[in-house]
Amino acid sequence: MNGNLQLNADGSLRHLLTLDGLPARILTQILDTAESFISVAEREVKKVPLLRGKAIFNLFFEPSTRTRTTFEIAAKRLSADVVNLNIATSAQSKGETLLDTVANLSAMQADMFVVRHASSGAAHLIARHVEPHIHVVNAGDGRCAHPTQGLLDMFTIRQHKGAFHNLRVAIVGDLLHSRVARSQIHALTTLGCPEVRIVAPRTLLPRDVDHLGVHVHYRMDTGIKDCDVVIMLRLQNERMQGALLPSPQEYFKYWGLTPDKLRHARPDAIVMHPGPMNRGVEIDSDVADGKHSVILNQVTYGIAVRMAVMSLLAGG
Amino acid sequence: MHLTDPNALIDRMAAAMRPLLRPDCALVGIHTGGVWVMDALAERLEVELPRGVLDISFYRDDFSRIGLHPEVKPSRIPFEVEDRHVLLIDDVLYTGRTVRAAMNLLFDYGRPASIRLAVLVDRGGRELPVCADFVGQALDLGPDEHISLQRDAAGMLSFIMKGAGA
Repeated sequence: MNGNLQLNADGSLRHLLTLDGLPARILTQILDTAESFISVAEREVKKVPLLRGKAIFNLFFEPSTRTRTTFEIAAKRLSADVVNLNIATSAQSKGETLLDTVANLSAMQADMFVVRHASSGAAHLIARHVEPHIHVVNAGDGRCAHPTQGLLDMFTIRQHKGAFHNLRVAIVGDLLHSRVARSQIHALTTLGCPEVRIVAPRTLLPRDVDHLGVHVHYRMDTGIKDCDVVIMLRLQNERMQGALLPSPQEYFKYWGLTPDKLRHARPDAIVMHPGPMNRGVEIDSDVADGKHSVILNQVTYGIAVRMAVMSLLAGG
Repeated sequence: MHLTDPNALIDRMAAAMRPLLRPDCALVGIHTGGVWVMDALAERLEVELPRGVLDISFYRDDFSRIGLHPEVKPSRIPFEVEDRHVLLIDDVLYTGRTVRAAMNLLFDYGRPASIRLAVLVDRGGRELPVCADFVGQALDLGPDEHISLQRDAAGMLSFIMKGAGA
């Protein structure tokens, strides 16, 4: 992926497509800015006038209620005008190409596109073809990247653990289909986390796992032992092809995070999940709703992080 | 041009403010210099008033030209603004644009009963109809002259002058 496409000549952020190749300086700037937006949500009026008069188009070629909603709330709290397009059910089904759709929307004076697409690289393609004043945010493309989810995970870890340089983080579950995990690994590594583990059955590991710079574990107990942060991934049933798994019940038995398994992690460990959760498959309800869980905090932080990304892009 | 020591200016400002303070007042400093002045004033005011901090980065009127300030700090107003008599404090009053942004920001926390403005230095050059209620020192500086406040590790305040007359 072309990392330079994301940055202006002066090093500021132009598009957010992937966390791969983004310098720690930019990641930290986004997290710091998000922290200021947290305080905005605690006020009587939860809006700031920063993006007044800007038009932000949510282009969702693939359904995702939570991501689309948090982007919409974030844009509205910045006083932008938001247009939601579920293109899965619209022009593309009539045969229009991706770039024609984007050209048409640009002609409607768009300032920013938030793009979700089932094909890897869709947001990059759009970013390469938009006019210079238009910014593109990747809201998840294929198996490639989901940078704002990765950022909100980093924000969550920083809020609860303070810093990255002394942390042991385990990412558990379906890494093969996860675009979130790649974004997380890039960000954790860039921000100086010394030990990132991935914990998964062999059938759900990507082929290039050796190039990710992580420690691979094939057992839950040793995999999350002494970890400060346990990130559970969603078992992506809808993306499964063939017999990668025996059954959800058996998956839960070996890979589901239960209070019993969580005892191997540090006593103050936090448990994260990007949602939506499959309770009783990758995570037990007692953990999801328990005292280690910061899963709902992640959702709240997601709004502040997306506000930070959009305001840094629009001001760049 | 004679520059008075900021600590002496703050002594005088505190003396002028003291008779007007009431229990439903609050101090609000504008990040960063205004917060230093607020803390120094609070030490001298002898009454315990709630204090807040505003970072106006999200309310600046030049965002679309110069983008977001690289170091935004969270605003913190740990009291009800509704019906409060707010003393808004900054280090240097220049164009008035910062004060405009700070007032808009403050209103997003609630409707204050009143806002008064206290500044350590009024350097002239207003572009908006803004006038301070308490002024430590008034100066007449040209557009290429700049004054700013700094605080050393021991907490001592001093002025830095840059430009033509410095």
